[in-house]
Amino acid sequence: MPLSLALLSIVGVLASALISFGTDRAPWLFRFVVLGLLAVSGLTATAAGVWVLLTNQNLAIELALGLPWLPWHLRLDALSGFFFAIVGLITFVTSLYAVNYSREFQNSPYSYSTLGVFTGLFIAGMLLVLLADDGYAFMVAWELMSLSSYFLVVYQHLNESNRRAGFLYLLMAHVGGLSILLSFGVMVGFGDGFSFAAMRQAALSPLWASIVFGLAFFGFGMKAGLVPIHAWLPEAHPVAPSHISALMSGVMLKVAIYGFIRVVFDLVGDLLWWWGLLILFVGAASALLGILYALMQNNSKRLLAYSSIENVGIIFTALGLAILFISTGHPVLGALGFLAALYHSLNHALFKSLLFLGAGAIAHSSHEYNLERMGGLIHKLPYTAVFFLIGCISIASLPPFNGFVSEWLIFQTALQTTALESGILRLIIPITAAVLALTGALAVACFVKLYGIAFLGLPRTRHVKHAREVGGSMLASQAILAVLCFLFGIFPALTLQTLAVIPEKILATPVGEFAASSWLWLTPISADVASYSPALLLLGIVVVGFLGWLLLRLKKPCVRRADTWDCGFGGGTARMQYTATSFAMPIRHILSPVWHSSETIDEQRDDLRPVSIKHELHIADRSWPVLYLPILHYVQWVARRIGVVQTGNIRVYLMYSFFTLLAILWIVT
Amino acid sequence: MDWLLALLQTALFVFGAPLLLGWIKRLKALSQNRQPAPVWQPYRDLRRLFHKEVVIAHHASWLFRITPYIVFGAVVLVASVVPLLVTSLPTAAIADVIVLVGFFALGRFFLALAGMDIGTAFGGMGASREMTIASMAEPAMLMAVFTLAMTASTTNLSTAMLTILHEGLVLRPSFIFAALGLMMVAVAETGRIPVDNPATHLELTMVHEAMILEYSGRYLALIEWAAQIKLMVYGVLVLNLFFPWGIATETTTNALLIGSVVILAKLMLLALILVVSETVVAKMRLFRIPQYLSFAFLLCLLGALSHVILEAGYII
Amino acid sequence: MLSHLSLYEQAIFVLAALLLYTCFSLLAHTRLLDLIRAFAWQGVLLAATCALVAWVLEQPHLYISAILTLSLKGFLIPFALHRLVIKLKLQHTVEKVSSPTTVLLSGVGLVIFSYYVALPIEQLSTEITRNVIAISLAMVLLGMLLLISRSQAVSQVVGFMAVENGLFFAAVVSTYGMPMVVELGVAFDVLVAMVLFGVFFFQIKDNLDSLDVDQMNRLSEVDE
Repeated sequence: MPLSLALLSIVGVLASALISFGTDRAPWLFRFVVLGLLAVSGLTATAAGVWVLLTNQNLAIELALGLPWLPWHLRLDALSGFFFAIVGLITFVTSLYAVNYSREFQNSPYSYSTLGVFTGLFIAGMLLVLLADDGYAFMVAWELMSLSSYFLVVYQHLNESNRRAGFLYLLMAHVGGLSILLSFGVMVGFGDGFSFAAMRQAALSPLWASIVFGLAFFGFGMKAGLVPIHAWLPEAHPVAPSHISALMSGVMLKVAIYGFIRVVFDLVGDLLWWWGLLILFVGAASALLGILYALMQNNSKRLLAYSSIENVGIIFTALGLAILFISTGHPVLGALGFLAALYHSLNHALFKSLLFLGAGAIAHSSHEYNLERMGGLIHKLPYTAVFFLIGCISIASLPPFNGFVSEWLIFQTALQTTALESGILRLIIPITAAVLALTGALAVACFVKLYGIAFLGLPRTRHVKHAREVGGSMLASQAILAVLCFLFGIFPALTLQTLAVIPEKILATPVGEFAASSWLWLTPISADVASYSPALLLLGIVVVGFLGWLLLRLKKPCVRRADTWDCGFGGGTARMQYTATSFAMPIRHILSPVWHSSETIDEQRDDLRPVSIKHELHIADRSWPVLYLPILHYVQWVARRIGVVQTGNIRVYLMYSFFTLLAILWIVT
Repeated sequence: MDWLLALLQTALFVFGAPLLLGWIKRLKALSQNRQPAPVWQPYRDLRRLFHKEVVIAHHASWLFRITPYIVFGAVVLVASVVPLLVTSLPTAAIADVIVLVGFFALGRFFLALAGMDIGTAFGGMGASREMTIASMAEPAMLMAVFTLAMTASTTNLSTAMLTILHEGLVLRPSFIFAALGLMMVAVAETGRIPVDNPATHLELTMVHEAMILEYSGRYLALIEWAAQIKLMVYGVLVLNLFFPWGIATETTTNALLIGSVVILAKLMLLALILVVSETVVAKMRLFRIPQYLSFAFLLCLLGALSHVILEAGYII
Repeated sequence: MLSHLSLYEQAIFVLAALLLYTCFSLLAHTRLLDLIRAFAWQGVLLAATCALVAWVLEQPHLYISAILTLSLKGFLIPFALHRLVIKLKLQHTVEKVSSPTTVLLSGVGLVIFSYYVALPIEQLSTEITRNVIAISLAMVLLGMLLLISRSQAVSQVVGFMAVENGLFFAAVVSTYGMPMVVELGVAFDVLVAMVLFGVFFFQIKDNLDSLDVDQMNRLSEVDE
């Protein structure tokens, strides 16, 4: 039954893509029928996923699609059900959002049909990846997802930088896809057949298992945006329409994480400890560098894209801990790290989508992505401001919202290092945890900057000053996500108990105390070691705040509005405020080697005083000069060498064919 | 009974914190050859502020007005989970020490936002500096906390104290480093010299004061009070985690009396150390603070290293 | 549990940790006088360790080592270096280390590495010795790191002696000191080295107008 629901949702999504062909003639069709169908399919997918998760079923089906001797195997189990629910939920929310948001494109050179068709294909691709139960179906769905999202990235194709970003995305997606294909290839070679069941049976030597792991880590890591193979992500995610950015950052990255979990934890199975160490390092580096780069961005969506790299890094750190604990014989602790990774995936999907939708709302009403030109939006967009604040608190992992819970779980897992025999791991894991703590603290700074510059203070430009609150559907979708962020932060124990079936199934271990903890208390290891009760905390803070407010209310409130203190000089203006760049300046100054930055100050003086001062600051990603440009040069060099064979003379080409033919004949005989 | 005691301890934190500040100010005045104000001067200041009218900038938003309540609520909540007189604290199970760090961060988050809300250069400057300092201090703090948590194998504060008490007097190299590092972090987080000077309003040096420059009346009172409680919480954390002897382990009147006398003496002594160090050390310029904090981090890291290398082999 | 250990062993651990700390403070100090002061503290701690071992394990010859260490490394050498620095007017120079944070972080890495190296030795001796050997190995490596990362000749001398301190610490704690003859010899060597260094400092200073060893690159005869 859940499987048919899941298939129904995919059919619905594909139908929406089909209907979209007609939307150029009738725009209302797009807004009501296509988006409506998408929203309903999203809800169906969520229902299917949650159903499977709650009942812990394992449903499989074979569809006679694809190659004649190779039908598609589809399967819906707890792990794919969980990710299915995430995709469905965010699909529902973003299509709701798009009802108002897509009006932006009505009188633009960009057509509804392109948007509708490729959105449908993109979502269908993601859902199929989650259902796939053989390597062939997986790769077909994966490519469907990558290709259709390319068209969404270049949707606003008149802008040249968008086309460049799209090309980069396409290139990287295919390098990653190739790597994944090869990792499946190795497993198919050792097992018999393409189905995942056969791959599970394959007996891999540690060397080949490590090769599979390396290829999968590279391929999925590239899609997930791990440092240093992340460079496409901050280019591609921000240029798509905002609700698509939300889908890409919030959901597509999760599909990559699903793929990694499926291949490494489920298909390969026998984990080696150094894999965990590698993932731990790469994850921690991604988290730290991601947030440091995010902190320097002044484009709201680029900032959010870099912060996705940070969150993916956190998720991979948790997975690395899980592998370390499992491979050294502590499956219960490993399951805890695994659960933390899953929970952070869910949370990141919620708050990152919320923030992208919020950034889209700002752009919708003020046509502005540049933080330096915003300001004071809290007065213009009062509801969006509340939802965005909730998103910021969640992503900065502050209690009592959801981001904090997953981070807390990761810290708790990391603190169990005393269980390990290896002294070196006992040293390294706490240091990694300290890196995570630094990341968390920098994330707080980053989102204070984002919220403070965009929503608070005085408006810096005129069109921001005249911004108006966005429409109902955009607000409703943000409200849903904000409420979910809150609920998953306050009642984490319930969700985590439900999720506990996934590690039980994939890792075949019980998850210890989780089943025992009640809905109010979160006690990951045991009540003596650590406990956390967000609901009681919230109750406490409300009671204290309310008591304080009540006591102060007893007296006649006496509030006077006056001008801001201006040191007696008279008249502060919006230009005197701290800017986004100046906010991040101390950190840029302290950690300057991290960025590839160049700063020039050009001062024109007459005899006494400066006439004009020009300040230029460029901050670029270090991965370009360090990693990509050398590769690029090398590829060009090789291409030039190979280019020698291209003489342009037709008889030489005929000679090539002739010699090839001779060679083949020689080999055949 | 336990819950009543928890309530009592929280009340002690809330209403005792101004007294601690008064004591520090008094010692400081004495050390600088000034005529000291009475110890209860902070109470008078708070009372006066509560009675004053509130002046708010024209375009201050609702965020500016709820921030004092959130900051105060968060700090009081943190105070309620830190054992002061008795180790058996039922509220300690609600929030462990990582949540405690998180709640301090929550208060700071809102305070920084409120600083940016009015749209002056001061607010943004204070917010930017505060977030910079905090982001360097938090890893050091968590590293110290991890050392402690690994030693006691718990992050629950009252269980941790019980474990340390139970082990008796043991020379722990890791604790020496962690305690020193935590003290340095505490100085940075509570905005004392040499990181920040609570007594100045000079724009070159302000950090915390720059953020709250636009607050007045009862809002300012709440924020100041919260800062005082925060100072006391850090003091009690350092004292009761690393030198828990004297704290009551059972709820008899005798033990409670001894506990309150001991903690009072310890706090007075800690205040003396703080005052002496503040008198000897000069305020650092902003870009020296990272060095100070990375030193604190190094200390905490050495704590963790010496825990694993020298001590951890002996946990059975 | 740590409380199962005797008070002596706990004290040795504390001293080991403090010695490790002084090594890091050597790395962190960029002013020569601070560096020398930290080095003097290291000598004093070493002497204290020596005396503690002598007292608890009743090894009277170690008292002589303790006194020697205290007077040589705690007072005489730091004092001589101090005078040298004043005489050469180097007390206000701040050494520029290209990236102080990197140096400290690699120091932490070295500690982890030396623990990793010392772990396999565990079968050979008691656990306490193993841990202490890890620490003293780290001290040696940190001393070498100081040698590499600094360009002033004075700090190189300090680094060199910090290496010697690390070895001495391992010797005292794990094998209750080296034979008396060796120890006296080493002490004498250190003293002679000190005198030689002093002479060399003046020579270098006269010839190069600086104690920056990077300036010695000019001495190479390769074309310039």
